[in-house]
Amino acid sequence: MTVAVEKTERPEKTGPVEPPAPARSVRKVSRSMVVAAILVVWLVLFLVLRGKQTLTLAAADLTDLHRWFNDVNDSIGANRNSNPLFLYFFNEIRLVIDSLVTFVQELISQPSVDRPVPQIGWLGVVGIVGYVSWAVGNWRVALLTVAGFTFLGLQGLWQESMDTLALTVSAVFVALLFAIPLGVWAGLSDRFNRVVTPFLDLMQTMPTMVYLAPLTLFFQIGPSSATIATLIYAAPPTIRITAHAIRSVPETTVEAADSLGATRRQSLMKVLLPMSKRTVVMGVNQTIMAALAMVTIAALIDAPGLGKTVVQALQTLDVGTAFNAGLAIVVMAIVLDRVTTAASAREEAARLSKNRFITWRRPLLAAGAAVTAVLAYLSHTYLWAAEFPGEGSTGSTIRSTADSVATWVQDNLSGVTNAFRDVLTNSLLNPFQALLTDSPWWLVGAALIGLAVVLGGWRAGITTAVCVGLLVATGVWSDGMTTLASTLVATVLVMLLGIVFGVWMGRSALVDRLIRPTLDAAQVMPPFVYLVPFLALFGATRFTAIVAAIVYAAPVAMKIIADGVRNVPATTVEAATSAGCNTWQIITKVQLPMARGALTLATNQGLIYVLSMVVVGGLVGAGALGYDVVAGFSQGQLYGKGLAAGLAIVLLGVMFDRITQAAARRTSA
Amino acid sequence: MTTQTEVPQRRGTPQDSGSTPVISVRRLWKVFGPKADRVPDSEELCGLTRRELMDRTGCTAAVRDVHFDVSPGEVFVVMGLSGSGKSTLVRCLTRLIEPTAGEIVFEGEDIRQADAARLRDLRRRKFSMVFQHFGLLPHRRVVDNVAFGLEIRGMGRAERVKRAQEVVELVGLAGYENSYPDQLSGGMQQRVGLARALAGDPDVLFFDEPFSALDPLIRRDMQNEVIRLHHEVGKTMVFITHDLSEALKLGDRILIMRDGKMVQCGTGDELVGAPADDYVREFVKDVPRGDVLTLRWIMRPPADGDPLDGPELGPDVVVKEATRAVLAADKPVKVVENGKLLGIVGDEEILAVVAGQEGGA
Repeated sequence: MTVAVEKTERPEKTGPVEPPAPARSVRKVSRSMVVAAILVVWLVLFLVLRGKQTLTLAAADLTDLHRWFNDVNDSIGANRNSNPLFLYFFNEIRLVIDSLVTFVQELISQPSVDRPVPQIGWLGVVGIVGYVSWAVGNWRVALLTVAGFTFLGLQGLWQESMDTLALTVSAVFVALLFAIPLGVWAGLSDRFNRVVTPFLDLMQTMPTMVYLAPLTLFFQIGPSSATIATLIYAAPPTIRITAHAIRSVPETTVEAADSLGATRRQSLMKVLLPMSKRTVVMGVNQTIMAALAMVTIAALIDAPGLGKTVVQALQTLDVGTAFNAGLAIVVMAIVLDRVTTAASAREEAARLSKNRFITWRRPLLAAGAAVTAVLAYLSHTYLWAAEFPGEGSTGSTIRSTADSVATWVQDNLSGVTNAFRDVLTNSLLNPFQALLTDSPWWLVGAALIGLAVVLGGWRAGITTAVCVGLLVATGVWSDGMTTLASTLVATVLVMLLGIVFGVWMGRSALVDRLIRPTLDAAQVMPPFVYLVPFLALFGATRFTAIVAAIVYAAPVAMKIIADGVRNVPATTVEAATSAGCNTWQIITKVQLPMARGALTLATNQGLIYVLSMVVVGGLVGAGALGYDVVAGFSQGQLYGKGLAAGLAIVLLGVMFDRITQAAARRTSA
Repeated sequence: MTTQTEVPQRRGTPQDSGSTPVISVRRLWKVFGPKADRVPDSEELCGLTRRELMDRTGCTAAVRDVHFDVSPGEVFVVMGLSGSGKSTLVRCLTRLIEPTAGEIVFEGEDIRQADAARLRDLRRRKFSMVFQHFGLLPHRRVVDNVAFGLEIRGMGRAERVKRAQEVVELVGLAGYENSYPDQLSGGMQQRVGLARALAGDPDVLFFDEPFSALDPLIRRDMQNEVIRLHHEVGKTMVFITHDLSEALKLGDRILIMRDGKMVQCGTGDELVGAPADDYVREFVKDVPRGDVLTLRWIMRPPADGDPLDGPELGPDVVVKEATRAVLAADKPVKVVENGKLLGIVGDEEILAVVAGQEGGA
């Protein structure tokens, strides 16, 4: 999931989902009353019709659609090597991707054909990543990279980390190969931009997991499917940001080049591309982070690497191992993020440093390259430089510490955590879930459509109606409603947190400075490392997934709301203060109403983030759609159901996105 | 609407030589909107005002039936308020914006007939343009920005850097070659823009409100710089501005535009002395007339009894410069051209202008 782009793409002038203050106009009062009326009617009918026509489906039950998906899967499996479409298209793609991945893996992570160890051992890899970080970034990130990668080795996870890196690098390489030209095209051509934008929007709304199922259909389970899923998921940020960068080159500059007689090619190569370089690198950063998130989650379809370690540990509730591997993912995420961020800042820095180091830079780079080559050669030739020395003792220390902390927490804090869990579950989650799952499907559907029409207008209503219809057709309606309940509850809590911290950050620059780096760091983490600590606290329940979702989604909501509050003009606040408002009045009567665009945007993003996490929570017993998807990968007869559940997740995502966006547009109009 | 005041001979400007114009524009139209082509062809649509045209056709006519000639070495100023079509006009001249109809003859060649390659070649060698917002490349140093046009042409690195260096010195930026544009002030950035335009040694320089974004003091410096460069390199210049004092200061001739149409085209003293309509009159109202008008504009025919033995002055002497001589003389000054008496100027006439008494022409 990406954030930075969406903030720039979506206009600030949006409105709230919540019914606005009654003082504004008669029409809006009536809108909030209609919402209340819909809810009341729903409650009354729920009490009357409870338990009827709920479309529940037991875990092992299948519908015709699921069986049909299974048949399709089987027939594709049977004809994979005879059907021309597969023979000459999908299989070829798989072959190319497979050879690329195998090549990179043999280079850094897996034993190659005639060698017991990879071509380049740990010393060489550490040398190369350090050198590259220094060359594209600066010496500080190079140090961070060397320390980070050495730490991965000390954790006893060298090979797993290298597998993850190999997959990420391969996927990012192929993704950029397509994404940058497409982005340039979208930047130059309005028509192409109009065509791709809705697709990019949709792709970025989808949780990582839903990409996996359909791809396994075409590319089988394994690293190549994982890489393809990753590159599809990771390409949109670069396409979008490249297009944006090309579009934001000042018109005068392009015109000046034209007036000097530049050809289209010349103005692309000498003006547009150099001037968008910095922004494009930011897109590459987002692509790399998205790829890392996807590679780890692709462990569900048998992608090798750290993700697999985490998934296996989560499934056996082995907190220590999950924590160790999760920590490795975090380390890798931080390193990749810092290096690419430094790369995008480097050009600027070099320009401001008065050219002092320019003369030295070239010889230094050459010397660094020579040292790196020596390290790589050593690691290719000597075993001590090839296999990471030691038994990964740091890793076992981390594991046992995490285990003992988890045990201690379960022994000593279970009173507190269980009470917290039970209060939230019984007072909020259960009633709400009952309302959604125990009402007749048509009642829930009608209520959803009604709310969509009132909040977002007719078009949002029609989209919702289509989504509800298709949700029923997927056959996993009941699981969908369970997921919906968890998502909505978590989003409400996210918004509460977001408003409290967002307003605090928006009003105090100091608090903002203190909190924001943590939020930024939190956003680069792949989603499911969040599950690990909460698994220790709350055990394997849907509650773990909900808390993880709240923690995962809160940073983005806080940042958007903080920016919204900060953007309220200082003069307006000053005017309110001079009129004698106290702090509470300023917040509730000036800052929050004026930041309602940010509030809606935060709701939109919060919903999407929460949904993706709640779904991943299927790994730790959250059940519902996420579990259906996970089960579909591991059990052949549930494959079709998993695919249907993936579709249902897409439908929920589209529904949330359309309603909140329409509501935003509508209240701002 | 258009008045082309023909007053023979003035301030010794280069177009006196009667040579063929560098740029000759005839019936130039630029219409934005759906099916824009039909507007210039239809007599009925041509007659509409801008608003009526918008309502009738959904089109906006940015440039309407403009025609003028620019002589070699002349500084030709196009002046108008924002939305008058002046920036569109200058872009049409180099086809950065494609004109809808009309004829643009540059050194005998109709530019509208040029194909893409020929047009590029013209832009590379014959014209260049200076932009309001500079349009510099932030990732290149000053010298590489200046050399950009030469690079586009395919000139070798050593040669183009040498040439760029000369031009950088010409515009007074020596010592800043290796700076990046964002390290320079606005005025200096525009000098880079000017240098870039000069580097290719073009025949014509186009300026699109080049100094509008600058502070008043810097703007004055830059105007003087343009005057100096004009003296040194003697290029033909087409200069767009919305500032009348800038137009009067720089322009040999000035074209005033309003709503895409030409209102008046003439020298500064013609605009002040004989405004074509109320719009121009309103424009030039606050101009210090003594600085612009020449004796030609204020002389009167000698009446009976006027003593005709006073000192002599030429008809193109500016009033301000003649004031002291006229007031010092006991008798009216004779305005004489080629030994022929054109009229006389006495204290009355001078004081009327200097004290702002003279009723508008």
